[in-house]
Amino acid sequence: MAKAAKIATAERSPIFAGREFSGEGAKIAVLAPSHRLALRAPEKSLAALSKALGVKLPVAPKSSVTKVSRSALWLGPDEWLVIDDGGKDPLEDCARVRVLHSAVGVSHRNVGISISGPRAAETLNAGCPQDLSLSAFPVGACSRTILGKVEIVLLRTAEDAFRVECWRSFSDYVLTFLTDAATDAA
Amino acid sequence: MLLIHCPYCEEERPELEFRNAGEAHIARSSSIAEESGEDFEKFFFIRSNPKGIIFERWRHVHGCARFFNAARDTVTDRFITTYKAGEPKPSLPKSASGPAAYANRPPDQLNVKRPRRKPVAKGEAK
Amino acid sequence: MTESFRIAGRGRLASRTARFSFDGTSYFGMAGDTLASALLANGVHLVGRSFKYHRPRGILSAGAEEPNALVSVERDAARRTPNVRATVQELYDGLTANSQNRWPSLAFDVGEVNDMASPLFSAGFYYKTFMWPKAAWKNLYEPFIRSAAGLGVAPHLPDPDHYASRYAHCEVLVLGGGAAGIAAALAAAETGVRVIICDEQAELGGAMRYEAGAAIDGEDGWAWSQASVAKLAAMDNVTVLSRTTAFGYYAQNFVGLAERVTEHLADPKGLPRERLWQVRAKRVILATGAIERHMVFADNDRPGVMLASAARTYLNHYGVAVGRNVGVYTANDSAYAAALDLKKAGVEIAAIVDLRDNPAGPLVDEARSLGIDIHHGRGVVGVGGKLRVTSMTIQPKAGGAARTIPVDALLVSSGWTPSVHLFSQSRGKVVFDDATKRFLPGNYAQDCVSVGGCNGSDSLAATLDQAWAAGAKAAREAGGKAGPAAAKPKADSGENFVGGMLGAGPGAHADSTVKAFVDFQNDVTAKDIRLAVREGMRSIEHVKRFTTNGMATDQGKTSNMHGLAIAAETLGKDIPEVGLTTFRAPYTPVTFGTIVNHGRGPLFDPTRRTATHGWAQKHGAVFEDVGQWKRAWYFPRTGEDMHAAVNRECRTVRETAGLFDASTLGKIEVVGPDAAKFMELLYTNPWEKLEPGRCRYGIMLREDGFIYDDGVVGRLAPDRFHVTTTTGGAARVMNHMEDYLQTEFPQLDVWLTSISEQWAVIAVQGPNSRKIVEPLVEGIDLSDEAMPHMSVREGTICGVPTRLFRMSFTGDRGFEVNVPADYGQAVWEALWAEGQKHGACAYGTEAMHVLRAEKGYIIVGQDTDGTVTPNDAGLDWAIGKKKTDFVGIRGLTRPDLVAQGRKQLVGLKTKDSKTVLEEGAQIVANPRQAIPMTMIGHVTSSYWSENCGHSIALALLAGGRERMGETLYVPMPDGPIEVEVCSPVFFDEKGGRLNG
Repeated sequence: MAKAAKIATAERSPIFAGREFSGEGAKIAVLAPSHRLALRAPEKSLAALSKALGVKLPVAPKSSVTKVSRSALWLGPDEWLVIDDGGKDPLEDCARVRVLHSAVGVSHRNVGISISGPRAAETLNAGCPQDLSLSAFPVGACSRTILGKVEIVLLRTAEDAFRVECWRSFSDYVLTFLTDAATDAA
Repeated sequence: MLLIHCPYCEEERPELEFRNAGEAHIARSSSIAEESGEDFEKFFFIRSNPKGIIFERWRHVHGCARFFNAARDTVTDRFITTYKAGEPKPSLPKSASGPAAYANRPPDQLNVKRPRRKPVAKGEAK
Repeated sequence: MTESFRIAGRGRLASRTARFSFDGTSYFGMAGDTLASALLANGVHLVGRSFKYHRPRGILSAGAEEPNALVSVERDAARRTPNVRATVQELYDGLTANSQNRWPSLAFDVGEVNDMASPLFSAGFYYKTFMWPKAAWKNLYEPFIRSAAGLGVAPHLPDPDHYASRYAHCEVLVLGGGAAGIAAALAAAETGVRVIICDEQAELGGAMRYEAGAAIDGEDGWAWSQASVAKLAAMDNVTVLSRTTAFGYYAQNFVGLAERVTEHLADPKGLPRERLWQVRAKRVILATGAIERHMVFADNDRPGVMLASAARTYLNHYGVAVGRNVGVYTANDSAYAAALDLKKAGVEIAAIVDLRDNPAGPLVDEARSLGIDIHHGRGVVGVGGKLRVTSMTIQPKAGGAARTIPVDALLVSSGWTPSVHLFSQSRGKVVFDDATKRFLPGNYAQDCVSVGGCNGSDSLAATLDQAWAAGAKAAREAGGKAGPAAAKPKADSGENFVGGMLGAGPGAHADSTVKAFVDFQNDVTAKDIRLAVREGMRSIEHVKRFTTNGMATDQGKTSNMHGLAIAAETLGKDIPEVGLTTFRAPYTPVTFGTIVNHGRGPLFDPTRRTATHGWAQKHGAVFEDVGQWKRAWYFPRTGEDMHAAVNRECRTVRETAGLFDASTLGKIEVVGPDAAKFMELLYTNPWEKLEPGRCRYGIMLREDGFIYDDGVVGRLAPDRFHVTTTTGGAARVMNHMEDYLQTEFPQLDVWLTSISEQWAVIAVQGPNSRKIVEPLVEGIDLSDEAMPHMSVREGTICGVPTRLFRMSFTGDRGFEVNVPADYGQAVWEALWAEGQKHGACAYGTEAMHVLRAEKGYIIVGQDTDGTVTPNDAGLDWAIGKKKTDFVGIRGLTRPDLVAQGRKQLVGLKTKDSKTVLEEGAQIVANPRQAIPMTMIGHVTSSYWSENCGHSIALALLAGGRERMGETLYVPMPDGPIEVEVCSPVFFDEKGGRLNG
């Protein structure tokens, strides 16, 4: 057990790091690794969890709350995806919370992909059946949904920008699909 | 593609996000191990398959992931209402209910004549 | 060739020429032409041969309803599109088209013999003629019919084009861009709601394309249309889609549109060829117009016979005269308008033959005043010419002296059929309007409304009123704010297209033998429909199927009403009693490319790869598909075939150790104070007493008592389980668990999270596995005392977090190293480096299968098939005997599940140890019994076992555990294979190697 010093630390190999595509109306880019937390909790636990996470967990369907580099996405009535791009693991913030909840780290499960530009919504609508107009899906709106043949989590980060989260092994499909859709310069 | 109102997401969403989960309001007995054969048969095998209003379960599997219930007209595919799991079966206006399931009517009510011909035995000329 | 039929100063095409070729001859046309208008400009009417009789055919229409002018358009060998309607295909410079269904040439077609032999090919001929001998159908009749009857030939190369897709949402969707659709869209758009308007033509405008006299708001109808469309297109809330066909109307106002993006371009410039639009609209406005019908008389299919409105379109829009001496045969006013336009353009009108006894009205008066001969109360009973009409023979309706008039084109019109296709697809019910003899929209099933021609509106003024009101109402109901600000468009003049007739005309009466075509595309004549009725068909659905009337790709747009009328007359019934056939999607043919759109090649189905995929590739792995996953199958070294590689991998794992990527296993984290309670309910095993840090092999049943899934479960903490599932079962097991949690056990405080992709899983198996793992691990004592078989620990490996399982799917000492997926490759490489010190290998799924089979470990889905109980699989020990509830507990006591003689899992050894059985092969007791033999079981898994030195197999065998040592047989094509029933554990029966 005393050989710790000799062990080389494993290098992280994020999938498709740096992959990008610039279409006429939409730019697609794989985002740098984030910390992610799959959080489940009943209503009565939300205050304590919000406090620990430093971001108020939203209770309205299809909505998210972002504070600095941390976002909490409503996925279901007792389900949130917390994404931290500031290098702080929300799983650790929940570790000392005693109220009823389930916190599971999923930082490596998902890949984040940004899609931005004037045709971002149309590009997504090549495979996403939801209404992505600003009135139906405003900035900050988020939802688990479908893109082509896979499941994604979609978050609108600006009028012309979205973040797509998908499982690691589906990221190849999602990137290929979005690239294919973005070349349809309609 | 149907448009389904998810009672948890509080809006209509495309059918692609959902998965049908069979007939609703079929409760599993809390003492299922002791259940009689007849009761277990009813619970596990027998479904109403109506022509008209069916109460059925759906899961918003690619959305909020919740199971919920719906009343749907199997003739028009029109959803009458959707409601959360655990909520009581809503009472619907008479006009919304259709004819009973063909398969579930007793045989004397079925509008078919039994074939008079004997089944052809193996080897017999057709 | 020169365009001798193009009239200078007529039409709306810019004077830009485009060159094209048809059947090898080069022609000039103009930009904006369709292939049909360009051919007609060159005097070409003969463009194809008919489906059954190979009769010469021309151009009937100027639109999507075209049944005759089907050609192949060939861009290159891979881009050869058969059955393109020449009336829809827009001309581009360099277009190459060829006629179809003819040999050796269009003018001289050997297949024409079918026309002479037509008594053989009467309606339903294939039901009657080719009855016997049975074998001849497949080998003789069908190949012959397929080659003789025909449409174009599809290319053999893969489609090189790409296609796009778009989901769209709007408040008001307008289907059809004629005057009605434009007016409705204008009214709706003014309110600010999102409007989509689509039309199948290159430019919106509909009937304004040919209706020369129409004027709206003081402008010519066509000019008004173009100005209005430009206004719509400029609005942010409006999407104008031309060249876009609404082909399907589905539930809840979901409408499929096919947009042809590049079919009209010489150079597609990388654009998608077509785009599928799936539109969800709050309100739909159907403005689909009406389609003109032909007249049913002898030889009415001769090239040169065409719809009156088509001739008018070719003249007024394309500037093309369809002939120099044109006859007209009609039963209503609209054909008069065509005659007048042609006459004014300098074309000779030989005569107008009008079935009506006393035609009257301004159009008739104008025709008379221009000196056109009108023969009223008469019909055309025949035409001269074969490759092109040369004359028409007319006769009084009641019979009498016939007279032949030379013509080089014959315009026909028997009236207009409202296009209720999409309305009918929306499940609306049509009703028959007896006064006007047409089906019109009746009860609506969805939030839509019909306006204009498709609603039976005959005047332009009424159409505009109706459309404007409908557009405003739809927008208001869908949430539009202000009322329409702009003024309603007003028709200053327009034509009324009322009246007409249905069914066969004079000379094509009941006992005549002439070929008076009802359905041109499927070669169905009036006689065929009468024959169908005579042979007992009573419903129009039967008549349709017997004759194939309306069943061609044009879906009977011009023929359905005539067919129905003839059937009704023959039956002596009213039309509504005979009924109307159902309209189904698609309205016009849609390419597979459009339907599939992005979902081709790598996007056909997701390909999932694990974190070590790149390493495996570099090390020569051969991959196999497991569901959507690519998994390393085996790692052949130079010179090794699969057999040799798998044998080596199996040997190496048992001799020293092997590394295996098990990342694809499903993984679910079960968290909450009631986690153990939940596990007790979902698995057969007991969980409450499993200590944190220990693992257990769990079995999950369905409520019917059959095995659903299995996997090793580790308890990380009192309230936290790490559950593994089979690779294929990952998604459905999660769904199954959520189902019970949410709907049957919602009182439990527990949650499920899929962590399948959070963790990369590296199995290190074999006697030296600990020596390989240990040097890289911190914070975990790997000794047998501290970490016995079936335990789990959390710590770090290579400095990153790990959930380290001590478990085995090989029967040897083993570990499964879970690390966050992004570290999977690096940790694998570190373990690989350690493994090299001990002679370890990487092994793939094939060796994994062999090794587990040597131990008799089942694979759910391979050794079970949804009808196997734990007892059948020899896993009774995994059922908590004291438990009072778990999913499947009741099912397990069903009489059939506890009956004697059930199939049970056993091992099989072949008498000849080298023979490897075939998986799926059946087992019999006596190989000499008569066929069909009584089968008593089947082989589920079978391999060569290098470690055992003989073949091994697992099987499900009736009463198997009572048959140990028995000799049974596996019948194969080259003789039965003798096998001995044995224990399913072939290797290390005592299990000592788990700690070896």
